[in-house]
Amino acid sequence: MITTLYTSDHEWLAIDGDVATVGITDYAQSQLGDVVFVELPKLGRTLKKAEAAAVVESVKAASDVYAPISGEVLATNPDLAAEPALVNSDAQGKAWFFKIKIADKSELGGLMDEAAYKAHTA
Amino acid sequence: MPVRDDEKSLKRTPLYDLHASLGGKMVPFAGYDMPVQYPAGVLKEHLQTRSSAGLFDVSHMGQIALRPKSGRIEDAARALERLVPQDIVAIAPGRQRYAQLTNEDGGILDDLMVANFGDHLFLVVNAACKEADEAHLRANLSDDCIIDSHADRTLIALQGPKAEATLAKLCAEAPGMKFMDAGPHEVAGIACFVSRSGYTGEDGFEISVHAADAERLAKTLLDNPDVMPIGLGARDSLRLEAGLCLYGHDIDTSTTPVEAALEWSVQKSRRTGGARAGGFPGAEKILAHFAHGASRRRVGLRAEGRAPVREGALLFADSAGGEPIGKVTSGGFGPSLNAPVAMGYVPTSLSALETKLFAEVRGQFLPLTVAAMPFVKNTYKR
Repeated sequence: MITTLYTSDHEWLAIDGDVATVGITDYAQSQLGDVVFVELPKLGRTLKKAEAAAVVESVKAASDVYAPISGEVLATNPDLAAEPALVNSDAQGKAWFFKIKIADKSELGGLMDEAAYKAHTA
Repeated sequence: MPVRDDEKSLKRTPLYDLHASLGGKMVPFAGYDMPVQYPAGVLKEHLQTRSSAGLFDVSHMGQIALRPKSGRIEDAARALERLVPQDIVAIAPGRQRYAQLTNEDGGILDDLMVANFGDHLFLVVNAACKEADEAHLRANLSDDCIIDSHADRTLIALQGPKAEATLAKLCAEAPGMKFMDAGPHEVAGIACFVSRSGYTGEDGFEISVHAADAERLAKTLLDNPDVMPIGLGARDSLRLEAGLCLYGHDIDTSTTPVEAALEWSVQKSRRTGGARAGGFPGAEKILAHFAHGASRRRVGLRAEGRAPVREGALLFADSAGGEPIGKVTSGGFGPSLNAPVAMGYVPTSLSALETKLFAEVRGQFLPLTVAAMPFVKNTYKR
């Protein structure tokens, strides 16, 4: 079963076993505006929770995307290089950023479920 | 998300309510609460201006009249020439010219538009500089001119290939105006000052109107289906593609007009050997730059990849890094080009077109090429 959790920095992560798929939320993309470039982490990089892992650039500004949990980068989304605007059209679907092997499941404890995230952005 | 702790002290333009009703996302800019974008978003707004027409609220900018005490416009023009390196005397009635206020060190205090309205000069200056500009004008020109701040006027820019057809329906004289023509005209029956100018690289008009009539005029223009409201976000990407300087970024008190590649704006009459050479602040340094060149120069930069290279990025001669050779002063994504564009200062020896340089972005050295500006060909009606 896949569980989706959220960070207060507007990342989402869909957890399937010990692998999490990470992206930014629809709320985040609506605040950023038109996305023109996404910089993804290198495959195999080991990320620490809260470390800058990716960069999303709108026409106006660059914003960091933080690793919501610690772990190794297993995959990155090749579609984002070709079509950064996917982030605007399908932030919580096709526009996933990277997949990470979860190093420490206890780190998931501080994350929000959908209801808590909705309240956070209300 | 930025915290807007200065929200209460922000000024509002007469079009604030209109921006709100159109869904404008408001941000602080130069002391004003201004729309950065509307629901369409920066990309669509930018492309709309290039393909059709866009309406911009630029009434945060300063509008100042210089009225000659003698009654002779030439006296106001000669007085203003004490503060700018441009030929103001030669601006014919009904014409406008781009100028810079300079300081004793040859740096730029502000850039501005100067129009000859027959009996007075009409200046448009940058929002962030307008109080300092007015004080500077008063301190230096009060013996010759009455300086009249038009704080009660709103400035609306209508830009893009359909600007002329749009304005023609409301102002019969508009199609007859050429680039940099300026004067009083009625628009939709409202008394306005109209100039054929703008800061997007597109053909278009800037319309100065009394605050009381501003919303009615803006709504009338927006009633045209070819016209969309455009925010500061697209204004910035449009002017960047047009290779135009943004004060406080690409030019400031540390840059001379020659370093800024604005030689074209200084007429021969004010240069060494000209009829009224020198006589403006910093003339010695600026004229020396004309004679011998400056050691650095503003250039256009194109990146090879898709990563935007933004203001503040350091520039290097090679990918090994080492000592930076310059800095990006404006940079971002050019929606019309679907590619990153930037401008910045480099040593003159590295300023030739096609010179390969590198910009440091998040620890990586991205290849750049010195490129001709404007990045997007302008469409002014000359």
